[in-house]
Amino acid sequence: MSDTIIQIKDVNKWFGDFQVLKNINLNVEKNKKIVVCGPSGSGKSTLIRCINRLEEHQQGSIVVDGNELTEDTKNIEQIRAEVGMVFQQFNLFPHLSILDNCTLAPVWVKKMPKKDAEDLAMKHLEKVQIADQAHKFPGQLSGGQQQRCAIARALCMEPKIMLFDEPTSALDPEMIKEVLDAMVNLAKAGMTMIVVTHEMGFAKEVADEVIFMDEGMIVEKAPTNDFFANPKSDRTKLFLSQIL
Amino acid sequence: MNNINFLKPDKSNLNLFLILGLSLVFISIFDVFLSSFFKINATGFLPTSISFLLPLIIGFIGLHFIRIEYSGIRRLDEINKNFNNNNFNAVLSLLIVFIIIKSIPPVLSWTVIDANISGNSKEACTGDGACWTYIKVWLRRFIYGLYPNEEQWRINLSFISLLALGSVGYFATEKFKKYLTLYYVVIYPIIAFLFIFFFISGGPVFFDFSYGIIASVAAIIIGFFVPNKFKLYYFCFVPLAVYLSLNLFILPEEYVELGKLEGLNWVETGAWGGLALTFIVSFFCLIFCFPVGMALALGRRSELPFIKYISVVFIEFWRGVPLITVLFMSSVMFPMFLPEDFFLDKLVRVIIAISLFEAAYVAEVIRGGLQALPRGQYDAAKSLGMGYWKMHIFVILPQALKLVIPGIANTFLALVKDTPLILVVGLLEIAGMLQMAKTNPKWLGYSMEGYVFAAVVFWIICYAMSKYSYNLEEKYKTER
Repeated sequence: MSDTIIQIKDVNKWFGDFQVLKNINLNVEKNKKIVVCGPSGSGKSTLIRCINRLEEHQQGSIVVDGNELTEDTKNIEQIRAEVGMVFQQFNLFPHLSILDNCTLAPVWVKKMPKKDAEDLAMKHLEKVQIADQAHKFPGQLSGGQQQRCAIARALCMEPKIMLFDEPTSALDPEMIKEVLDAMVNLAKAGMTMIVVTHEMGFAKEVADEVIFMDEGMIVEKAPTNDFFANPKSDRTKLFLSQIL
Repeated sequence: MNNINFLKPDKSNLNLFLILGLSLVFISIFDVFLSSFFKINATGFLPTSISFLLPLIIGFIGLHFIRIEYSGIRRLDEINKNFNNNNFNAVLSLLIVFIIIKSIPPVLSWTVIDANISGNSKEACTGDGACWTYIKVWLRRFIYGLYPNEEQWRINLSFISLLALGSVGYFATEKFKKYLTLYYVVIYPIIAFLFIFFFISGGPVFFDFSYGIIASVAAIIIGFFVPNKFKLYYFCFVPLAVYLSLNLFILPEEYVELGKLEGLNWVETGAWGGLALTFIVSFFCLIFCFPVGMALALGRRSELPFIKYISVVFIEFWRGVPLITVLFMSSVMFPMFLPEDFFLDKLVRVIIAISLFEAAYVAEVIRGGLQALPRGQYDAAKSLGMGYWKMHIFVILPQALKLVIPGIANTFLALVKDTPLILVVGLLEIAGMLQMAKTNPKWLGYSMEGYVFAAVVFWIICYAMSKYSYNLEEKYKTER
């Protein structure tokens, strides 16, 4: 028995008549880092949004850490608390300070005492190197700092899995590096990660497996070295030739 | 000596143009000033139409002369930029100045110079101006309505204590700050309610103590722990069933007397009035309509069809009927549907009616704010494991409400200015008292003074409210 933490089986999903996910099968083991890439509109984001049920799948089953995702709300909130997510647009809460952004969920969802939550938040903000900004508001920070804060905010819930939805796509080239560094550190610390990204350098550095998606299907799934050295399908070759 | 081009004033002959222009402008304003304040028409020897337009023409030429770009004189450049940047604006500026000068003398003479304030009867008003004696004599009625004179200290005391209790927020220390919301939303209204019931009314207080209602509230609370699949059906039937079965068959309602403060006379709500009633009605309507509106706004966006359509129907119903109809219904029709022994005071009915009416508007304003929030905020809150209520209380509503402060202020101002309408059901707040004073045979013919007085009072209240809303906007302003 391997340590499978996410099990996606025969998942289909439609937006109206349009099928965004077609027969997705994917197992993710504990502490593995998966990079998902593919052209826009290929369903990458939808797939990882299904993993914490920001989107509902219509067919098939998704099991996260032993819990199947169904319509039961209580269950969903527990699972979401264990699955951290970082968004393309940061989505920090603009009316709260950086520190409050980080402590809000631990205090109110995990019922952590305020003092402990603040210590925890400072620890994670330290890790992503924005502890000195803790009392500012999100609007006063640069994009890279905001995204690192978003990572810290997700980490404060002490999740077992981290999902990244194109975390660097909305950033200036200069700021991409600081965010990627934070993610590399996180990967080295042993977090289970699923990352949707176009940063192939990052994929080569940390990923155990790369998944290539197109038109709602998983076209290719291979260990990182194989994926870049000898891609099997023509679609993947075409994609790689354009992006590298 | 440079060439002087009178059609195109420029900097080379700055002083000449400046002296010429300023003197022409001054002459034109002085002419209007003379004719307005001293009734002297300096240009009376000219034909009427020319003499009427002359100040405008002279002033216009003067402004044209001083319109010199980059003159180097800061004050002049500022004037040119703001009031005199082209011919059309020059004429508009002149006209506004003239109208102000023209309107000062009549306003001043009516309100101050020819006005009367001494004496206690109509005969004291001899001048042509306003009769402030009328306001002075009726002032108590305008403020307290028909509330007996010797009992008015009760209103004063209540309002002063409520004001003092309301300002607690300014003095709260950091430690108590977190309880402030609870205080203002729950405790303060209850205190205000008790003050009004025991002190201003002074009558014995009854209320129906019903085991049924308590049991159904408990049933609703339990309902939140019911699995989602059955929640909807549970909420539709169980609380109501619990209430009905308990009320009808087992423990009927009890009439409990809370008692009254000894030594105070009962003053019926029919005798309340004037400014005090305006405040009471506005205060309670504001307090009630806000949470109801918030609930409706959330309800309208709910995913549960039952709740959603109830909210939609409710909002569209109240938005579709005029306030006057609502007031008539609440005072005339509504009591007919009530059981025989059930008594609800007219004032309470009116307050409930106005609150529900305004709640529909507040709901739509808040919904606008909810819709303005990016979807990412919902996603982020959900991804952190927050459920519906936590997400809305900590993330969505604080941002949405901040966005709609101007809209809410708008609705609240409209509410305050709508309160005079309760006149139609016989409750006489300040405008109602005016109406009554106006038809008093001893004081016929002074409605103008009364309306001016009421307008000033309402303006002060509303201006204070709008200032407060600007302050709130400033206070909660953060960069996005």
